[in-house]
Amino acid sequence: MTDPRMTLHRGLATWGEKLVPLEEFRRATAEAGRRLSPAERDAAVRDSTMALPDATPVEGPWTRIAVFGGIYNNHHGLSALLEDAARRGAEAVYCLGDLGGFGPNPEKVWPLLVQAGVRTIQGNYEESLASGREDCNCGYTDPRDNHFAALSYGYTARQCSPAFKAWMGRLPKRRRVRVGDRELLLIHGSPRRINEFLFASTSPVPFLEALLDRHACDGLLCTHTGLHWHRRLPSGRDVVNAGVIGRPANDGNAHVWYALLEARPPGNTLAVELVPLVYDHRSLAEEMRAERLPEEFVETILTGWWTTCLEILPARERAASRF
Amino acid sequence: MSAPLIEKTQTQAAPRVELRALDTLWFQVGGTVCNLACTHCFVSCSPTNHTHEMMPLAEVKRYLGEAAALGVREYYFTGGEPFLNPDMEAILEETLEVGPATVLTNGLLLDPGRCARLKALADSSEYSLDLRVSVDGWDAATNDPIRGEGTFDRILAGVRNLVQAGLNPVLTVTAVWQEADSDAGKERFFALLRSLGIDRPRLKILPVFQIGAEAERAGAYESWQRLRAGETPEEGWDHLQCSSCRMATGQGVWVCPILVNEPSAKMGETLADTLGSFPLEHPACWTCHVYGVSCRT
Repeated sequence: MTDPRMTLHRGLATWGEKLVPLEEFRRATAEAGRRLSPAERDAAVRDSTMALPDATPVEGPWTRIAVFGGIYNNHHGLSALLEDAARRGAEAVYCLGDLGGFGPNPEKVWPLLVQAGVRTIQGNYEESLASGREDCNCGYTDPRDNHFAALSYGYTARQCSPAFKAWMGRLPKRRRVRVGDRELLLIHGSPRRINEFLFASTSPVPFLEALLDRHACDGLLCTHTGLHWHRRLPSGRDVVNAGVIGRPANDGNAHVWYALLEARPPGNTLAVELVPLVYDHRSLAEEMRAERLPEEFVETILTGWWTTCLEILPARERAASRF
Repeated sequence: MSAPLIEKTQTQAAPRVELRALDTLWFQVGGTVCNLACTHCFVSCSPTNHTHEMMPLAEVKRYLGEAAALGVREYYFTGGEPFLNPDMEAILEETLEVGPATVLTNGLLLDPGRCARLKALADSSEYSLDLRVSVDGWDAATNDPIRGEGTFDRILAGVRNLVQAGLNPVLTVTAVWQEADSDAGKERFFALLRSLGIDRPRLKILPVFQIGAEAERAGAYESWQRLRAGETPEEGWDHLQCSSCRMATGQGVWVCPILVNEPSAKMGETLADTLGSFPLEHPACWTCHVYGVSCRT
């Protein structure tokens, strides 16, 4: 053993920048910190987990609704969704935000949303566009992801009229919706942050139960990750990531996804269906090429595999990915 | 006489960070015991450092139970070297039942058998398992002076074993070389990972903390490197990891993974004791703020 640092600590502890006898460190730590009584501990846990007040008005009640997110300028997908939701008898259609980015001609989705009476909330894209931010606020650190995110955001920002951006700025950040006897909270990323990612593999059951307690709802609907999933919690409540209709779900299929929720008798149980939506993706790809959008984006639309923004994927979702 | 007075003044002036939610629970699961003695280690870990002991499975389980009730979102395991802990794989199995887990390792104990078992654990859970392997240079000449003679080749062997088992680790680099944090430096690490067969390499760069062994290697903090109350940003301290994390050790719960050798950074015996605010009085808090550090991946 040549390196003296390997044996430096025999009987000693590092305390800040000093070496002290191990016993001295142990004594100091034994005395440090708070030691609450059992009642105080219960109170501290209650304070940090109890429901927060929220005055958002409740819409509905509905029996059947369609919920989708992440249009990413895909007006072909949005048209297909509106038809499919109507055909399946949705009484109301909700959009969870991120209208822009990635695809072509952003302004085309606006009249579709307005004419169909889609109840839309703000995503980080709308928040950024409406406030004149210079990026989409997805928080990428990989230079390649940042490069493509900047291209896509810059294109959308240039193509959106001030009137459209002002409309985006007026969208609410959350909605509360009654389906049957369940009160559902609709947000973009998470109830805590507009750009927080709720992926299936990083949103464990105890975390979701506490999140739903904190935000006082019987179910939560979100998007933002681009990947759809549904988890029924032990408490009987549901968390649904509705996925996005703007690009496929990184699974080698060209279709996209949205969610249908229905209150079913007996007992008004909530049925959650994640619906694959086939749309005219070839026309979308052609239009993207005509707009000279990156071929990497077009490839995703045609193949169903993501080629960019992969950095955000947790290990499990990434392992299922091609790139 | 004047030195303690200045310290006292600074303590009183330090801003406080609130815990907005306990999202991330760290475990000093390997204690301060390590099979290396890196020259930049901010906790000065080594084979003989028992400042913190390894945590047995039963102790980790006690915290996991408390964490679930608080809605903790993710678990991180560090040390020392976590895989020196004989309970480590059982701890991961237990943890992956309740949430995603990340292990910070030096890669030396990642033999093919262990990598295969880790892959099986990852596949059997609905939550993510991530491995972070530390390396401090793109070759032996840059890495070995920091991590020890011959370590570069052994680290790479470990990474290769992970890749062969089907796991894609995050390479974690401390920016001891200025170049490491530049685009050119990052590209060298990406190239290294690609040479090991990883198409989409993952990299995490951390700044140095001028405490522990690093203080001896490159110098300690200067007295001006402190946060003061007047410097609280408009948006508050939510960008600091301590606004959403705690660190469980064999001797109680600390505010964060960096300050485990500071008894004053111990906040309590249980997680419930530590849900209050904490003064940002340590110079390492300045590093987290100025460099925008999060120890999370």
